[in-house]
Amino acid sequence: MSLLELKHVSKIYGDLHALDDVSMKVDTGEWVAIMGPSGSGKSTMMNIIGCMDKPSLGEVLLDGVDISKESSKNLTDIRRDKIGLIFQQFHLINYLTALENVMVAQYYHSMPDEKEAMEALARVGLADRAKHLPSQLSGGEQQRVCIARALINYPEIILADEPTGNLDEANENIVLDVFRQLHRDGSTLIVVTHDPEVAEVAGRTVVLRNGRLTEEIINENFEQQMAEFAKGAK
Amino acid sequence: MTKRKMYFRMITTSLMRRRSRMLVALLAIAVGATILSGLVTIYYDVPRQMGAQFRNYGANMILLPASSDTPLNEDTLDRALTHISESKLVGVAPYRYENVTINELPVRVAATDMEGAKKTSPYWQVSGEWPSKPGEVMVGKNKASGMAFRVGDTLEIVYTPETESDDPQVIADSRIRKTFTVSGILDTGGSEEDYFFIPLEDIEELTGVKGVYDVAELSISATQTELTSMSDAIRTNVPEVSARAVKRVAQSETTVLTKLQALVFLVTVVVLLLTMICVATTMMAVATERRKEIALRKALGASNRNIIREFMGEGLLLGGIGGIIGSGLGFAFAQIVSMKVFNSSIEFQPLILPATIIISVIVTGLACLLPVRSATEVEPAIVLKGE
Repeated sequence: MSLLELKHVSKIYGDLHALDDVSMKVDTGEWVAIMGPSGSGKSTMMNIIGCMDKPSLGEVLLDGVDISKESSKNLTDIRRDKIGLIFQQFHLINYLTALENVMVAQYYHSMPDEKEAMEALARVGLADRAKHLPSQLSGGEQQRVCIARALINYPEIILADEPTGNLDEANENIVLDVFRQLHRDGSTLIVVTHDPEVAEVAGRTVVLRNGRLTEEIINENFEQQMAEFAKGAK
Repeated sequence: MTKRKMYFRMITTSLMRRRSRMLVALLAIAVGATILSGLVTIYYDVPRQMGAQFRNYGANMILLPASSDTPLNEDTLDRALTHISESKLVGVAPYRYENVTINELPVRVAATDMEGAKKTSPYWQVSGEWPSKPGEVMVGKNKASGMAFRVGDTLEIVYTPETESDDPQVIADSRIRKTFTVSGILDTGGSEEDYFFIPLEDIEELTGVKGVYDVAELSISATQTELTSMSDAIRTNVPEVSARAVKRVAQSETTVLTKLQALVFLVTVVVLLLTMICVATTMMAVATERRKEIALRKALGASNRNIIREFMGEGLLLGGIGGIIGSGLGFAFAQIVSMKVFNSSIEFQPLILPATIIISVIVTGLACLLPVRSATEVEPAIVLKGE
């Protein structure tokens, strides 16, 4: 059984079909990129998968449960328990330190644990920046705090929306390496991007155009790329 | 770390690290709490302060003999005074009036306890000094001008006791004379200006009758209702004495107090409303500023209840801090007003401190309701995308 399955999902605003009869599956441990130009329906799809919106038609099965008919309150619970969100604009709380930003996600999920939050920051290479405010961190560092926050509750899916959209090349590479490491550790990654360079490092890319899933590209070199990464990581 | 500890860390850091915006809200609450605490302190202290002020307008209770058979004496006066709280009694002045002659002219002397008279009639204007020892007289302004007396002059008071004889020689021989020095001239604008005021000891010496009075004037710091109940108690327990509240003074006092307290109450309500509007506006601005943060919290799994708890927590903490600051400043404010208006210090009312803090918290809580509602309506998908 797939971890995530979209069955004929449509999102309709009046005459506009933001998503039009989209079906796809994501298995546990997969790294999938959702690519497409502006207005192709990427964000709508991310919002539906991230339990922040509901489809007009179709089913969304997460862990075998249809979340398309759930109430807003239940969607909040599912999002908190199963989804880790990474944003293009990082969205860190500006008056909390990096460590506290990570702990906020723990606070809403279960119980804040400073040690565990420090380990999550260490995992993204930011242990020494834990007490810094977002304004004292670079864009790349802020994005890594955002990733640490997304990881902290061990979500079933890490959903990243244009994670490198606001980063320079150096920081983009750092973030992609973090994703490679997460994939190696068994995390399921769904990355929404319009950047082909970000999409092509994923194991599979689905392409959206005008709300329809038009293409599915398998990265034939994925295993080799991951092996090289693993070698480099050693 | 417990959830509660994290909760307090979040709301305190939110206030501490976003000082400028929160200072505006805190200032609004503190100013409101200051005026609230100050006005309520004044509201409760006004009766005492105004009572003291009204005592400047003369006695507000008069004790008279119930009948001509039982004169007012030291014993009945003392018994009557036991029915008046010592803390409320400002002064007592027993009076005894006698007809005498000065320079062959018939005049009326009023003998009293001068210290008591100073307290019951503080508005009397005296040129010179009040009589401070036997042998001194204070002359009413009319008599002083009519008989050409000035401070420092001497005069002879002649008392003629009642006698059954019509023989002028017998009457002349019975007369008792005493020389007095004019210590002061009395200006009241009233009938007192037609009297000569001497100490009680002198009239007792002239007449040979001690401890008997015609009337006693009392100045009491009390409301009209309290005065009525005191005079009722005296009438019941000391039947020889007729106690009467001076209605003109007591009613004026009650009327002014009622109006003043109503005014203070009204101003307090208006201040509370203005505080609430100011805090609500500031919190609304805070909620608008923090839409992204609220959206993020919701995206991370915060329920509406979480958002309400956090916003209300911040608001109530601000209300508490503002209340503490305001209750302290309010007492200082009331003290300044009291010194400027009543020229006396105000009494600290311990209950006003917690009451101000609680009211500040409640007012801030109410003011936060609308902003909190608006915060819970934030849609994370829309706000986080920046649309």
